[in-house]
Amino acid sequence: MARNRVAIVGAGMTKFVRRAQETSKELAWEAASKALESCELTLDDIDAVVIGTAPEAFDGVHMKSEYLSDGCGGWGKPVIRGYVGGGTGVLSVIQGWYHVASGLFDTVLVVAEEKMSACQPHPQGAFITIFDNITERALGPNLLWIFALEMNAYMTRYGLSKRDIALVSVKNKRNAADHPAALLGDPNITVEDVLNSEVLAWPVQRLDVSPVTDGAVAVVMAAEHVARRVTNKPVWVEGVGWNLDTAYWTNRDLSYPTYVEEAARMAYKMAGITEPRKQIHIAEPYDPFDYKELHHLEGLLLFDKGKAPEATALGITQRDGDLPVCPSGGLLGVGNPIAAAALMKVAELFWQLRGEAGARQVPGQPKRGVAQAWGDLMQVGTVVVLGI
Amino acid sequence: MKEFVYDTVYLSEEDFEAGRVLYETWKPVARYAWDAGIAIGRYLAELKNGRLVGVHCPSCGRILVPPRMFCQDCFVPTDGFVPLQDTGTVITFSICHIRWDMVRLEHPLIPAVIAIDGASPGMGILHLLGEVAPQAVRIGMRVRAVWKPPEEREGAITDIRYFKPLE
Repeated sequence: MARNRVAIVGAGMTKFVRRAQETSKELAWEAASKALESCELTLDDIDAVVIGTAPEAFDGVHMKSEYLSDGCGGWGKPVIRGYVGGGTGVLSVIQGWYHVASGLFDTVLVVAEEKMSACQPHPQGAFITIFDNITERALGPNLLWIFALEMNAYMTRYGLSKRDIALVSVKNKRNAADHPAALLGDPNITVEDVLNSEVLAWPVQRLDVSPVTDGAVAVVMAAEHVARRVTNKPVWVEGVGWNLDTAYWTNRDLSYPTYVEEAARMAYKMAGITEPRKQIHIAEPYDPFDYKELHHLEGLLLFDKGKAPEATALGITQRDGDLPVCPSGGLLGVGNPIAAAALMKVAELFWQLRGEAGARQVPGQPKRGVAQAWGDLMQVGTVVVLGI
Repeated sequence: MKEFVYDTVYLSEEDFEAGRVLYETWKPVARYAWDAGIAIGRYLAELKNGRLVGVHCPSCGRILVPPRMFCQDCFVPTDGFVPLQDTGTVITFSICHIRWDMVRLEHPLIPAVIAIDGASPGMGILHLLGEVAPQAVRIGMRVRAVWKPPEEREGAITDIRYFKPLE
């Protein structure tokens, strides 16, 4: 199938904060305007808009993409919203890609926004609705259960300790100290801090978890002939993949994210990647919890099953390691405004591959990176491979 | 990239205490009554009778629980309900100290995924463990359902109070 080549040519974002004064729409505009400014385009240059945002229930407004659309520059243009829970931010880039790859549009503005703080007393009140309404919700669950159950399954399968996993939280929160938009960067955090933090739902402790966050991120995507005119450093979308597993999550092997592997295989095939461990130089896997980074690195075929913790302990995933992982600081450090968090990962690859990541720049001029997000009821994987 | 990060306004607790920000509130009133459906309807009816049931897929031959009208893998209708035991094996568990709104619980809950005996391997359901010290729970532990007395059952997953160790 003939497809047009697509690049990311601009990126911008808001600061990630616990509670923003701005409305959701204002946050979307802040990110969108920064993304346009970064590539010196105006809204007139944009053919179509993709909006990524998670449940209406966070905001308490109906048809959230319609509500957000003017902040995203969508009025009077073709607009689409995608939503696969935490996987949304990367899905929105995939949607932006096929808008352009299909030849339908030359330029697309992709905006992902989340304002979680409006949902009181805690956004978990909205999250609870992901559990089966008849067979599970009556048991009084909370969102941490599924993570705790999955983390325990992963730890038990491979004989991992809390210490093995806490290293991820330390790495990412330290990395985030160099991110100008970060909510929870901390250059001095230690493994002991994580291990001594409040136990929420064992094995999940306070510092194993990313924070509730408000924020927005935007990128500009363009067809090759436009991209080459706009910038001398277009970052190409080389592969995309996405995959959904069954919602019967209690019937699945929770120690391995098969759907992430399927999504990665689709993206790698498109990108012509046959040996991901050699051909990918930088990774931004989804890390709402520390063990999820490890889980996803294995699903992305970057480490053998159960071996990502060992690689982390050896420093391979540090910013100056052989495979830098979450050099941004990830969701654990920069913050986790659901849909926007994953688009932040794509923006990080954009800056890293262009050599513009400042204090966070990984050495060695990386040429290719992978970003991945995950969501719904532990069942969706979304993957993009970017290269320069 | 610093110049492409917008200087978003970060509100603090003091901003609210000092009345420096204005906001509007709303408490939704939205009650739902969900029809349990063909397969789960029967599941709940059997729970009221003190029994766990699964369904059989004629294509892959698996016995699935929770019951479903169609096998999502084979995409064919399941062809009948199968009685299961009310015993099983803990596949994974957590020890949860907080409520959904992050208020700490006096006594932790122990949610678990329990593979039910009589269903195909790995067919788990979400439930709670009880009558066991949290530190004593292990993956692989054998457990049995503790039912509400018949007169208290209402055809709900909570007709099983929890699962307790078989020993």
